[in-house]
Amino acid sequence: MKQFDYVQPKTMDEALASWEPGASWLGGGTNLVDLMKLGVAQPQRVIDLTRISDLGEITFQQNGSVRIGAMVSNADLARHAGFAQHFPMVAEALLSGASGQLRNMATVAGNLMQRTRCAYFQEETAACNRRTPGAGCDARDSDEEARALLGASPACVATNPSDFCVPLAALEAQVEVRGVNGTRQIPIAEFHLLPGDHPERETALEQGELIVALHLSAEAARFARHARYLKVRDRTSFAFATTAAAAALQMEDGIIVEGRLALGAVAARPWRVAEAEALLVGQAPDAALFARVAEAAMAGAEAPVHLEWKIDLARRTAARALAMAAAGTPARLPALPASPFGQQNGDLAHV
Amino acid sequence: MSLFISLTLNGEAREVSIDDPRVTLLDLLRERLALPGTKKGCDRGQCGACTVLVNGRRANACLMLAAGLDGAEITTIEGLARGEDLHPVQAAFIEHDGFQCGYCTPGQIMSAVGLIAEGDAGSDPERIREGMSGNICRCGAYHGITLAVQEASRRMAAKDEGGAA
Repeated sequence: MKQFDYVQPKTMDEALASWEPGASWLGGGTNLVDLMKLGVAQPQRVIDLTRISDLGEITFQQNGSVRIGAMVSNADLARHAGFAQHFPMVAEALLSGASGQLRNMATVAGNLMQRTRCAYFQEETAACNRRTPGAGCDARDSDEEARALLGASPACVATNPSDFCVPLAALEAQVEVRGVNGTRQIPIAEFHLLPGDHPERETALEQGELIVALHLSAEAARFARHARYLKVRDRTSFAFATTAAAAALQMEDGIIVEGRLALGAVAARPWRVAEAEALLVGQAPDAALFARVAEAAMAGAEAPVHLEWKIDLARRTAARALAMAAAGTPARLPALPASPFGQQNGDLAHV
Repeated sequence: MSLFISLTLNGEAREVSIDDPRVTLLDLLRERLALPGTKKGCDRGQCGACTVLVNGRRANACLMLAAGLDGAEITTIEGLARGEDLHPVQAAFIEHDGFQCGYCTPGQIMSAVGLIAEGDAGSDPERIREGMSGNICRCGAYHGITLAVQEASRRMAAKDEGGAA
């Protein structure tokens, strides 16, 4: 690991003042410290944000919206009873990610800032435009499975590995960020950037800005009775998604009033297609309907021959997540959260 | 750089000098505080051998910068037994053959202590397996580990009820 200068500010103002080009914000460290060991991240200064007390709160407002502090841990958010009741598929996604230890450490902001798990990004000797602009992309002609099927560019085929961000995209979360020029809110759909010619620009954050909180609106809770996250992976637990989907339905008298669908692990950001969601409106839940919606959600997907199965898998994952959502949110999360295996539905929640 | 941090380490107050910010909690414990019970496996948060409790919660010591831990309460495998009395999780691992070579065992045991404290798994084997998935066992002692965690979980719950009655 390269040497760095470590600071631990106690206030937000101190944190912002301690930033300089080449610095990195540190939350739980589960991604950054790992990348520093690999030599992939080489910050000259590490600014530890974990002692800034007001970043650690989960606050429900009078109107039912929630503000989640940047340094709230994945485990604390997933286990917050009120939060899990209003936004069950977010809790399910969080609990399907990483391990018990890592969920205790990893933070909300760190999850939004998580780097790609593309093997070529993590291997210092491989060419990677995301890590070293202009270096080329060794992943493009490789058999890497963590490859974008949508929104990729000649410069980069990396995916965003986050589980958490997938339901956040479906529920249209807002990211509250702060810099020396003040505070602003970024819709989650605009937070992660597609690679284009500049894959090294990964998020909408400006230099020196940091995430202070995440907001979910009260309206997002209207999907709570029919909301699921489904994640297909190489092993049943503690693995990144091969494909994933967050599906949320608002249903009245057996008819879908509104539907949301976001796909994970298929692009550099969670993938949402308005035309696909529009197909759900006014319909009764049905396998053929969900297959059409999944097809529309994956419109334009491209894969090399050896990865064509992943397009099919992503469609099936989306259709199955919709079917699970239609069946209803379970009163208690299954033993294997977001898994296609095991008991899927016991008693349904009556939120 | 030189920085002093205060830790409560296995119940004992310690002042520790950190002369390099790159030192992880894992290396601090093993190389500088003579507590080699916590193991280094992958050193990347993937195997769980380095699991300790930080402020009562299980965490991978290999991914924590020691410099950030001022004021923290750390429990390692060395701090679990009370003299000759093994912690119920330690006793259950012996009883159910929850290990073979033993290298992952300190991490498995600390992770199990953390899991039981989290209270989500109870004695449901499926939830225990899911909850313990951050700890890899190269010898494949998973069956015994699951039985040990079930047993310890039951015993600790019974003791809690007994204490409350």
